[in-house]
Amino acid sequence: MTEAPLLEVEDLRVHFSTDDGVVKAVDGASYSVAAGQTLGIVGESGSGKSVSSLTALGLTRGRNTAISGRMMFAGRDLLTLDASKMRQVRGNDLAMIFQDPLSALHPFFTVGNQLIEAVRSHRDVSKAQARERAVELLGLAGIPDPAGRMNRYPHEFSGGMRQRVMIAMALLNEPKLLIADEPTTALDVTVQAQILALLQDLQDRLGMAIVIITHDLGVVAEMADEIAVMYAGRIVERAPARELFARPQHPYTWGLLKSIPRLDNPREEDLTPIPGRPPSLINRPSGCHFHPRCPYVQDEHRRVDPVLTPVAGNAEHEVACLLPAQARNAVWQALSRGESVQQAQLLARDRARVAARGPDPAASADPGGPLEVQP
Amino acid sequence: MAAFVIRRILWGIVTLVAVIFVTFLLFRIFPGADPVTLLAGKGATPERERFIRQELGLNHSWIVQFWLYLKGIVLHGNLGFSFFTERPVLGEITAALPATVSLTVGAAVLWFVIGIPVGILSAIRRGSIWDRAAMTVSLTFVSMPVFWFALILIYLFAKSLGLVSFLPGPGSYVGLTADPVHWFTSLILPWLVLALTQAAIYSRLLRGSLLDAMGEDYIRTARAKGLRERTVIMKHGVRSAITPVLTVFGIDLGGLLGGAVITEKIFSIHGVGLLNITAIGNSDFPVIQGTTVLAAAFVVIANIVVDILYAYVDPRVRVQ
Repeated sequence: MTEAPLLEVEDLRVHFSTDDGVVKAVDGASYSVAAGQTLGIVGESGSGKSVSSLTALGLTRGRNTAISGRMMFAGRDLLTLDASKMRQVRGNDLAMIFQDPLSALHPFFTVGNQLIEAVRSHRDVSKAQARERAVELLGLAGIPDPAGRMNRYPHEFSGGMRQRVMIAMALLNEPKLLIADEPTTALDVTVQAQILALLQDLQDRLGMAIVIITHDLGVVAEMADEIAVMYAGRIVERAPARELFARPQHPYTWGLLKSIPRLDNPREEDLTPIPGRPPSLINRPSGCHFHPRCPYVQDEHRRVDPVLTPVAGNAEHEVACLLPAQARNAVWQALSRGESVQQAQLLARDRARVAARGPDPAASADPGGPLEVQP
Repeated sequence: MAAFVIRRILWGIVTLVAVIFVTFLLFRIFPGADPVTLLAGKGATPERERFIRQELGLNHSWIVQFWLYLKGIVLHGNLGFSFFTERPVLGEITAALPATVSLTVGAAVLWFVIGIPVGILSAIRRGSIWDRAAMTVSLTFVSMPVFWFALILIYLFAKSLGLVSFLPGPGSYVGLTADPVHWFTSLILPWLVLALTQAAIYSRLLRGSLLDAMGEDYIRTARAKGLRERTVIMKHGVRSAITPVLTVFGIDLGGLLGGAVITEKIFSIHGVGLLNITAIGNSDFPVIQGTTVLAAAFVVIANIVVDILYAYVDPRVRVQ
């Protein structure tokens, strides 16, 4: 990961003016993807995941949109490309697939028609050559009888097959980066696994980078090299996938992890939902945007806005949280042992107090305390 | 698909028979005036009245009359004879039809050519000055009664009547084969009357439907593919947005082919519409009946054509 990243997003802000006020859908997000790598962007609906990727394709531009920051892609800032240059990037070097593959395909045109026009909008080839390429990609995407299926309409395909068509369409022009926005959310669980396996297989063969956007950490667990957790338009935690699952640092990430069922968890352990709802993107909470929903909130968190800073001992792991590092480690260990959020809350308060006072001889003199946790 | 078409045609025939029955009933059972009195005059002898009654076939019960009428249509394509001119109704209608077709089809071309581009432009430049102006103008045309608008146009432009008199006015219509140039110029005002109000409706309809379509996910996909914006709008957007417009177009055209009554009356164009209201004034049942059946037939045919066209445009309809 030492080479220059393929896509580097810096302090991206996408604000929409509406009648109710300015919706700050993305508000200072920074992330990057290296060539051939996979980045998972995880967060609830309304966290700005989709808007940031649609912005990469220039699809959020409009009279009521204010976009700032930088999105460097293969040496060019996507945000400053004019409409015609942007069009040449879309579906060519940078492709995207969407959540609902039925509504994403035009119901009145055959699949072949829609694939061929995608080839011909970027390459100066004959219809026959474009058709050949489309059939090839449909085959690669695992569609049986690809030549025959070219003359079929989208409604004649199943949900999984439609998503395969979308994937084929996105990869026609050998993009360097594929953005997959909730690619499996509208599909059955078994089909989900097939689609994810297909994406990974195609990545191995074609070598493109992937940004996979999802609300489901389970989806990115196997695929992603790196995971960025997004909340209220910002990245709140970023780490290599393995590291993120082993040592998550942000209370929001803990919430996401504790709210998905796991086979290796004890049966009696309940899933813990994250309380509350994502904040209004018009009137954001002061201080840390997560504080109204954070079980470990302290007074200063309501005033101070945390920045993304490296976690001690691992430069690749960054978190935007005001809790002291010891408190975070202690809480996650307690939570992963299956202790309740209430117990973890006490622990966090205790650890934060300790951290505020500095090294406390009394605390270290009492290693067998009830809330003591092995670091 | 073939079964679908056959079913639609059979239903169309059933509808037509029902229309014939209802109009027959309406005009024979509740006549405005007795055609015998109208024909014979006030002081006619009972013998003469009886003769006329027998001549017109009015001495049978209405059920027998209906049966004879229906049999005449099905077996001989015979719509009966006018009480007044005593010429075959079919002949009267075929003589009037070219004028109505000239008026309607010409106007339809014009309103499509105006309404569709205005609708598309307004949709893709929503909120712009152009959009606002176009929508205000179209609202004005939609709200204007046809007869009033026609009189205004005549008052402004008609030769010898208008302020800037340069276009042939009422009563100037001649057939296409008689004098093509005169045919064209005499139709300009009536075409404008019909087309501008319709174009206004079509532009608003298409604007709304295109705005809906442009918000669809498949439009986002089309853009994400890197298609030119022109292709995105004209191919992906308009293709979806045009379907509801086609439906309305078929029905409008069918309705107008049955007689653009007001326009024909004001411009004295001897088309089917004028034939129909003249017949109503004369209690000329066979002609009323004939023109009504013709109008109904056009509407039914237009609906069948729209349904078939719909199946062609929207592949999802084809499967069922």
